[in-house]
Amino acid sequence: AALNGGLRSQVSAALKEGRVAPTELCQRCLALIRSTKFLNAYITVAEETALKQAEESEERYKRGQPLGILDGIPIAVKDNFNTAGIETTCASNMLKGYISPYNATVVQKLLDQGAVLLGKTNLDEFAMGSGSTDGVFGPVRNPWSYSKQYKEKSVPKSHPEDKESNWVITGGSSGGSAAAVSSFTCFAALGSDTGGSTRNPAAHCGVVGLKPTYGLISRHGLIPLVNSMDVPGILTRCVDDAAVLLGSLAGHDPKDSTTIQDDFKPFELPNLTDVSKLSVGIPKEYHAPGLSSEILALWSKAADLFKNAGAKVVEVSLPHTPYSIVCYHVLCTAEVASNMARFDGLEYGHRSDMKDSTESMYAATRREGFNDVVRGRILSGNYFLLKQNYEKYFVKAQKVRRLIANDFVKVFRSGVDILLTPTTLSDAAPYTEFIQEDNRTRSAQDDILTQAANMAGLPAINVPTALSERGLPVGLQFIGRSFQEKQLLTVAKWFEKQVQFPVIQLEEVKRHDSDVFQHQKSASFS
Amino acid sequence: LAPWVPVVGLEIHAQISSNSKLFSGSQVQFAAPPNSLVSFFDASLPGTLPVLNRRCVEAAVMTGLALNCSINKKSLFDRKHYFYADLPAGYQITQQRVPIAVNGSLSYSLYIDNKMSQMVTKTVRIKQIQLEQDSGKSLHDDTRSQTLVDLNRAGVGLMEVVMEPDMCCGEEAAAAVRELQLILQTLGSSQAVMAEGQLRVDANVSVHHPGEPYGVRTEVKNINSIRFLAKAIDYEIQRQIEELENGGTILNETRAFDSKLGCTVPMRDKEGKQDYRFMPEPNLPPLILYDAKSLPANMNHQQVINIDWIHERLPDLPSVKRKKLVEQYGILPEHSFTLLNEDGLAEFFESVVKQTQMKPKKVIGWILKDLLSYLKQHSLTVKESPVSSFLLADLLNLLEKKEISSTAAKQVLAELWKGEGKTPLEIVKEQKLELLQDQKELEQICEAVIDGHENEVILMVLG
Repeated sequence: AALNGGLRSQVSAALKEGRVAPTELCQRCLALIRSTKFLNAYITVAEETALKQAEESEERYKRGQPLGILDGIPIAVKDNFNTAGIETTCASNMLKGYISPYNATVVQKLLDQGAVLLGKTNLDEFAMGSGSTDGVFGPVRNPWSYSKQYKEKSVPKSHPEDKESNWVITGGSSGGSAAAVSSFTCFAALGSDTGGSTRNPAAHCGVVGLKPTYGLISRHGLIPLVNSMDVPGILTRCVDDAAVLLGSLAGHDPKDSTTIQDDFKPFELPNLTDVSKLSVGIPKEYHAPGLSSEILALWSKAADLFKNAGAKVVEVSLPHTPYSIVCYHVLCTAEVASNMARFDGLEYGHRSDMKDSTESMYAATRREGFNDVVRGRILSGNYFLLKQNYEKYFVKAQKVRRLIANDFVKVFRSGVDILLTPTTLSDAAPYTEFIQEDNRTRSAQDDILTQAANMAGLPAINVPTALSERGLPVGLQFIGRSFQEKQLLTVAKWFEKQVQFPVIQLEEVKRHDSDVFQHQKSASFS
Repeated sequence: LAPWVPVVGLEIHAQISSNSKLFSGSQVQFAAPPNSLVSFFDASLPGTLPVLNRRCVEAAVMTGLALNCSINKKSLFDRKHYFYADLPAGYQITQQRVPIAVNGSLSYSLYIDNKMSQMVTKTVRIKQIQLEQDSGKSLHDDTRSQTLVDLNRAGVGLMEVVMEPDMCCGEEAAAAVRELQLILQTLGSSQAVMAEGQLRVDANVSVHHPGEPYGVRTEVKNINSIRFLAKAIDYEIQRQIEELENGGTILNETRAFDSKLGCTVPMRDKEGKQDYRFMPEPNLPPLILYDAKSLPANMNHQQVINIDWIHERLPDLPSVKRKKLVEQYGILPEHSFTLLNEDGLAEFFESVVKQTQMKPKKVIGWILKDLLSYLKQHSLTVKESPVSSFLLADLLNLLEKKEISSTAAKQVLAELWKGEGKTPLEIVKEQKLELLQDQKELEQICEAVIDGHENEVILMVLG
């Protein structure tokens, strides 16, 4: 079966018909993980349990009783989701060796439907960052760094087999999950999205990255960054697959009081052919400073694509967009300071050897357990929460957040169905260049196009669009109305079909599955 | 010397009587093995989220209504941050901005003087009632330089009841707390047993001269009984007066009551002002309560709390019960207080009244003097009384029918306390305590006595 085929249309059919076995799929993915180890996408590979799950799935298929489309499908989970019996580290010293006694609701749902959990993917420590470069297990490498497409466009190096040559970042913070999906080591992965952490790496790694509406998918078991903005994110190779995952994960969870009570009905995406009734908004503020001319051109081309197909394309304004970065900074750091307070070395996680007093033990534990980025945000957050600062910063930021959210309400009320924006300012930067600036600066720059959707709780999706001049993926973002994922994904699917984004040409993947390249389309969008 | 006006306010934490904790499903139980009642959320495992316990909200609404509060139809939850071994998350979830109930009042009565002859009724304003988590317990083992932490109590639901500084002394505070205790126990919203930590009281005390602004206040903690509450407050008032009269100043500090020494001492680990960095609890939406008017038609009533529905089902509060006792039985208000003050005593009294022809006004004396003093002497509760209401009623009937004298009745009662299973009638017969009704028999006895004591009779006749 084609590893890049859609779950519903191809892989599931292949499994049901016995053309491929779950254990075979699992073995292939595990082998590919081994041969792409240099990507550093996985922190923990759960080989034994994955094979066992694959075997159980195989039994079910033999009996003709698969649990659903996801039965036997290998998936990866970002290492900030609790997985019972499998280490959950958040790429931090604080949780190195921490084995959670429970599964996050989304993990449990996947397991209940027979999915095969291959392992936990790498991230920025505690999901703080936009490069997946600041975790204790080292940075994640973008698989496209090793693609034929990228190598062809870059200055020829003396050692083409040298893995150390100028590799590019995945973006973050769900870089490991994006890399895992992009390099075919799994069929789908869970990420998290607080300011763009699923969409950003999806854009840089050329995969679909879906941020669902806040409150649609349970956060129980997702180790929080910003409770009022976090959502579990879905990374897949095509929009249809994202819809499958969404269908298996969405819905009220009594364990998470911020999930909505309404019933959720999973849906199949229609094949949209007529976009004449669609109104697409182009928010002018998303022409942000630093946006590369390449991406600007691509965005414009995409708008034309919709117009030429008969859709109504209008320029709209989200005037408070420029304030979202500082607003996000205040609210994010405040919540971080609060959420990290539980890491004191007493109940679980790292505990320092310092024994002079409880207070000194706390201080040493937290200094040893957290990296600079985390500590920096805790200090900022505590500053904003001080009694004398609370009104000035936190409350003010809450008010600005309301204004940002209202911008979207107004635009959607004016007849616009969906917004089209770039996802990132440019294609993936080389690692050596990315680390020239600190985490805070990078996050502030890179989150600018994705973060407002988190402020407003809206659903948004990155769709891989074209390759840049350097041969690296560039994606575009669609932002939809609250809880209108069906419409959002339908439009995204139509767009995906139009642009025909090329398949990554990775030597390692080619070795494992030549079928992958069978269905490559020659036409491409760029 | 100018007179001093003491000012006393109270912060009372009442543990909610519920099966499970405020935000998690682990059990609530006193004196369970350490760390045996701790859910993942209680232990603050990363990724766990709070889920509000309906029963705790109902308990708070009931209490708010009983204390004449306005129930806020929308209230909010906040995080209060500080680091301590018994607070696993590094913050407590409480209600700082908008609590569940505000602006109530509590009426309480106390004796005007030591003679317990007359009662006066006072009122204290209730500022607010808020829902919040209890902390765990930490035990400091100085010999081994370690701290032992038990999280069984972490996350148990509390109602914090804030009483405005309307009280003036230990006695008033004690009476107010006692009345609150009775109310909570009547409602069932808290068992309010101080010895089991279900009711904890902190007192805010200050003194000032009349006409001048309020003085600096101190907070007094570590008070383990109502009796100690009065002592601690009165001590602190005296201490402050003496300090000020000697030209000293009062520090805005927290002091602990030392029950052995009978004084308050500064608490070492509360130095400096804490900034709790309050922040809204992002994982709990605002708590919305409804009443009959605002309740939407299609709402699943499992999912909502209707304040009016709760109000209709409130039991009779102690003040109402007392009034009814006074009206129904013609007893004094003071009597009704004592009846309600002892667990089960009012029921015992009513039971006796039902089973005897003796007027309640006379029964009450037997209950409050004879029965109660015996129980107190032997540290027994009403439930543990060896004399049942049936037996006492039986005895009182003999008295009422004039078959025995009042003195004889006391003798019989003394015998009944032994709990040997004899009926009053059997004891009367045994000890020959019957009152003689027969005139002739009486004359015969008198003549026999006179005949047997001739010399004494002659002496008496001669004067």
